[in-house]
Amino acid sequence: MGESSNRQQEGLSSPEPALRVAITGGTAGLGLALVREFHRRGAAIAFVARGRDRVERVAREIPRTHGIIGDLARKEDIHPIALQITGNLGGLDVLVNNASSLGRVPLALLADTECEQLERALATNLMGPFRLTRALLGALSASARQGRGAVILNITSDAAINPYPQWGAYGASKAALLHLSRIWDAELAGEGVRVLALDPGDMDTALHAIALPDSDPASLKRPETAARELADVIAAALPNSNPCGVRPA
Amino acid sequence: MIAESRPVQRPPEARLLAIDAAGRMRQLRRADFVTMLRSGDLVIANDAATLPASLHGTHVGTNTAIEVRLAGWPSSTLGDPRRIHTIVFGAGDYRQRTEDRLPPPVLHPGDRLALGPLSARIETLLGHPRLVALGFEGPRDAIWAGLASHGKPIQYTHVPTPLALWDVWTPIAGPPVAFEAPSAGFALDWQSIVAMRARDIVFAALTHAAGISSTGDPELDNLLPFDEPYSIPAATAVAIRAARDRGSRIVAIGTTVVRALEAAGAPDGIVRAENGVATGRISAGTRLRVVDALLTGAHEPGTSHHALLGAFLDEAMLRRADAELAENQYRTHEFGDSVLIERGIGSSQLAHALCRAEKIA
Repeated sequence: MGESSNRQQEGLSSPEPALRVAITGGTAGLGLALVREFHRRGAAIAFVARGRDRVERVAREIPRTHGIIGDLARKEDIHPIALQITGNLGGLDVLVNNASSLGRVPLALLADTECEQLERALATNLMGPFRLTRALLGALSASARQGRGAVILNITSDAAINPYPQWGAYGASKAALLHLSRIWDAELAGEGVRVLALDPGDMDTALHAIALPDSDPASLKRPETAARELADVIAAALPNSNPCGVRPA
Repeated sequence: MIAESRPVQRPPEARLLAIDAAGRMRQLRRADFVTMLRSGDLVIANDAATLPASLHGTHVGTNTAIEVRLAGWPSSTLGDPRRIHTIVFGAGDYRQRTEDRLPPPVLHPGDRLALGPLSARIETLLGHPRLVALGFEGPRDAIWAGLASHGKPIQYTHVPTPLALWDVWTPIAGPPVAFEAPSAGFALDWQSIVAMRARDIVFAALTHAAGISSTGDPELDNLLPFDEPYSIPAATAVAIRAARDRGSRIVAIGTTVVRALEAAGAPDGIVRAENGVATGRISAGTRLRVVDALLTGAHEPGTSHHALLGAFLDEAMLRRADAELAENQYRTHEFGDSVLIERGIGSSQLAHALCRAEKIA
């Protein structure tokens, strides 16, 4: 008996879905600003955070967003998070690894940093993005092959480059993330997947307030401004052939 | 903290039996399978990610422990988790052979199942007392969250420790629509894709919702494979046309890719970009229209996967291959060894050759 097929719809003529974006740490600070920014630009969004209440609140507040509860620092959470991202969005064009941990608060000298505190910074800021990117690379490379483009944005910091005293755990983890991003970008060029690492600048966020409680919020960048700049960079990294694109700001 | 699990998917010593169109057999390391490809070949893999398709819970009406295994999509709803065709088992788990499992209570439409955080209702029976259309309640986000937190991959008695999702996702896994792993894809890694590109071998993918492979019930197994929805991207259809035009081979990674491409293929071997449903079996009588070679597991005679090989090899050749695999103790399970089979020169390939000759003339 031969194989037969019930054809439902021409893939060629089916409407292209909106840009599909996943953002970690999406309920506060820069992550929440990125969720709002991409929503404003018409994207379908999945965001991840640890706290159920905040995830549910943001998902209720912003339509067309899918809230996912999970901890990027936990290996066991990664595939369940990836499953929900691709299940809800049907694929993925952009992954923003934004969730970050300072490792030790208040900030302290490396010599006063416990091993477990450095491990926590590495788990969230390096291993989390590495594992989630690997789990989603199949979906991202599929987007690239289909001409939609694929971008992974890893949020770094000037602490990844400058040896600020007391920023050891965070700075070392972000330095590792920065270099990982550079190598991965070179390795994935042939697949059409871009890996960017960008420093959004010092922002008025809860994380910054914890790290430097005495700084004047008025002197800091607003996360909304940083989110707009980052979204512009992502849009520029997507091919012109991307049928949905990111609408200009 | 950093150590990953054992390399279940890619045993470094995995072997490959390669059989060419003339029936010559050669044994090599599976890691070297790219060396068996030719410049210009188009390699197509299935990028479906595997669902955590085994869910334990309770049949609410009788308060009986059950396990459900998600097994197939209703024809037109690839990836919509609100309605899934499901096989229901009684109490017990994968440590027992599926053949030895207790039956579930007698099932009726309207019965409710409590599956961890998920609540589901039997909508209809599907021609067998244990095969049902299951409707999950609640919004899609919540169903995905429930599957992610409560579901486990379907387990195999030959794998001693429980499989996690990372064990059953291939490196290229994307949309979570497969009920069991498209396991031929375990032969791939990103280096192999780089190696293909370096030799002008084109890599493409489609998404095919690989269904459950075995139910432990002979009556149900007779219904396998279930109808399987697939999606062929425009870029893959274009790549197939280009490969045909230059006279290159189409190499399928896995039987699911063969099912999708042969379902979508026109008699002239042209494949359209489409979402469709593969129905029926491919076997010795099937005339292949699209696929020229297949990388797949070492399948045991009597399975539907093995029957599919009959479309590539004539009966005598298939018996020779089986003997070679048995003699060399190839591992036949999902995480075992592989075979690469080039379709024998048959009428359809001659037809292609003649078509091309006419074009050139």
